[in-house]
Amino acid sequence: MGHVDRAREFVRDEARTRWHDESLWFVRAKRDLAADTVPDWEALRSQAAGIKREALTRLPALWREFEDQAHAAGAVVHWARDADEHNRVVAGLLEERDITRVVKSKSMLTEECGLNPFLEDRGIEIIDTDLGERIVQLRNESPSHIIMPAIHLKRGEIGELFHQEMDSPAGLDDPNELTAIARLDLRERFLAAEAGITGINFAVAETGSFVVVTNEGNADLGTALPRLHIACVGLEKIVPKARDLAPFLRLLARSATGQPISTYTSHFRSPRPAESGAGPAPELHIVVVDNGRSRLLAEPGFQEALACIRCGACLNTCPVYRRSGGHSYGTTIPGPIGSVLEPSRDPSAHAELPHACSLCGSCTDVCPVHVPLHHQLLTWRSHLARQGHHPRRRRWALGLAAVLFAKPALYRGVTRIGRGIARRLPTALLDKFGGAWTRQRELPPIPRRSFREQLADRESATTPRATVERKSR
Amino acid sequence: MRLALFVPCYVDQLRPRIGFAALDLLRSAGCEVEVPGDVLCCGQPFHSAGEAESAQSLGHRFMTRFDRFDAIVVPSGSCVSTLREHLAANEEPAAAEVAARTFELSEFLAERWDSPSLTHPIPRRVGLHSSCHALRELRLGTPSETREPVRPDPAAMLLDRIPGIERIDLTRRDECCGFGGLFSVEEEAVSVRMGLDRLEDHAKGRAEILTSTDISCLMHLEGLARRREQSVEFLHLAELLAASAFGEEWLAAHDEDTHGPR
Repeated sequence: MGHVDRAREFVRDEARTRWHDESLWFVRAKRDLAADTVPDWEALRSQAAGIKREALTRLPALWREFEDQAHAAGAVVHWARDADEHNRVVAGLLEERDITRVVKSKSMLTEECGLNPFLEDRGIEIIDTDLGERIVQLRNESPSHIIMPAIHLKRGEIGELFHQEMDSPAGLDDPNELTAIARLDLRERFLAAEAGITGINFAVAETGSFVVVTNEGNADLGTALPRLHIACVGLEKIVPKARDLAPFLRLLARSATGQPISTYTSHFRSPRPAESGAGPAPELHIVVVDNGRSRLLAEPGFQEALACIRCGACLNTCPVYRRSGGHSYGTTIPGPIGSVLEPSRDPSAHAELPHACSLCGSCTDVCPVHVPLHHQLLTWRSHLARQGHHPRRRRWALGLAAVLFAKPALYRGVTRIGRGIARRLPTALLDKFGGAWTRQRELPPIPRRSFREQLADRESATTPRATVERKSR
Repeated sequence: MRLALFVPCYVDQLRPRIGFAALDLLRSAGCEVEVPGDVLCCGQPFHSAGEAESAQSLGHRFMTRFDRFDAIVVPSGSCVSTLREHLAANEEPAAAEVAARTFELSEFLAERWDSPSLTHPIPRRVGLHSSCHALRELRLGTPSETREPVRPDPAAMLLDRIPGIERIDLTRRDECCGFGGLFSVEEEAVSVRMGLDRLEDHAKGRAEILTSTDISCLMHLEGLARRREQSVEFLHLAELLAASAFGEEWLAAHDEDTHGPR
């Protein structure tokens, strides 16, 4: 089952599709208003895009600088080639300290690496503390959106989930009430946690520090209580200077949710100071993960996708995402940016994702860092076709059409016969041949003569006003 | 000035009247127009489907055959965007120059058509469907996502010159209709949903006519509307302009016996 089938399934529920579309369009509209509050939004985008592009040309140097600075500040930097290495590093840090209870704030990277199941298999309890992520965790689902993980669920469904999982009264659907219930449940887990895991929005080479952005403060609580903080980061998420943070923080919240600033923008640098008589000293570990990013970096057609700051604006604006839901993509990251990133991990599994797109280009225009998303999806289409990942039927049909378009005489003959047949066939039969077009749509009326035929007739009948070259050179 | 009109394959085959509308409009603007007969496709369907070699060779054919013209006009934003924004990049400078001289019809007319010969009033409520490729690739207009300096949308400018016309406002003024070429059949379910949502937006504005620079979008929307027996009319911008320039009789006179399947 691919995107086509899962999307069909999603769309079948008309009311839910409409509601999903409108919820996300509301966020997109909020983002538009937020962009209006910045005197020169486009200049800000260009500035941020420039910083990221420049940084991507010298990642090794930036990370070496980061490691030196972080080390000097008392943090430890680990390097992981892939998801498995990342998971082993994190599990190792926990197991060495006999830690079995962990809280984690939002991180798409740990989703990508499959950290939760990896730790759970080792008997380590890991609790997602972002409300949306907690909800999908309780449902054994993956996030359907990178910023709003549970956007596919209605309040009533969450009330039902909490009723089953947390013994709350049945039938609740008030967001404040539901949040309070989740908060109560999470509070105990925060207090019991022996380690806190966070993602990283921006690592700063110059200072060896990093920024974690949340709206719920869960990253702060999750790292303020336990003695071990593990921060996981993809190797594209570094900026050279602390001052570079300004354009990104201004863009991120506005692009993501239309907020002028995220509720919590927390800067981390060194481990918390030790408290007297409070056991072993707090530690800060940073795990830097490649997991296919350097491969993407080596691809001139796709490297710009590494500038992505995971704001989710391209998902919110995507007319396909809004109507097919995040889970229809079958990937960790759904929507336009996911369809650009995922085929590089597994081309054969995700060859059809770049086609789950009408090429409207809205994603490219909302992207705060100028990732040319829809052009990259187009590039993927030709790459994957060349690598033999496209269905043979599509390639054959297009191959034949290409021959036709290069031979005017053949084109004239074939299309004349084709129109003749189409005009004579009964509707029912035509609907059958019309395949997916006619299932819910009429075919356009078929004219007797084409434009070129009419023009030629006109020309031979009267004084020609237009020159028609009929010879196929 | 040597001017060529390129009539894209799907207009040639499915809506020939648009070709004549473009031809007659350009002539009424005082242009000498030629219609070279042996270039049939700009390469767009192949380009969008990932068949890069076929696309490039058709694009190349276009650019070399139209080399002798000072300007090439196409009644389709989508075709022009493929040539200008995509295929030209892989061509020799001389060929790429041809793509740079290729214009979408409304873009060409709005800039050069000084004497407004749009005399016949069309007292109808008209919804302008913004084609994504005209808007976001060719930048004919300002996409709602961007905060770039406002660029006039030539299609809207031309429409507004038609006497009596009432251009309706949309809730989402530039959302995709869901046609997208092969997307319309490969991702049929989502494509249809997108199309129905667009129709609804136009219906909210009580549009009687839907128009666009791209008939491909309109064929998709029209197919949906007709299956649901909605009475809204679908006219390419060129057809609507021709109706205002030459009278509504022009439309009937150029209706090529379009017995549809229904």
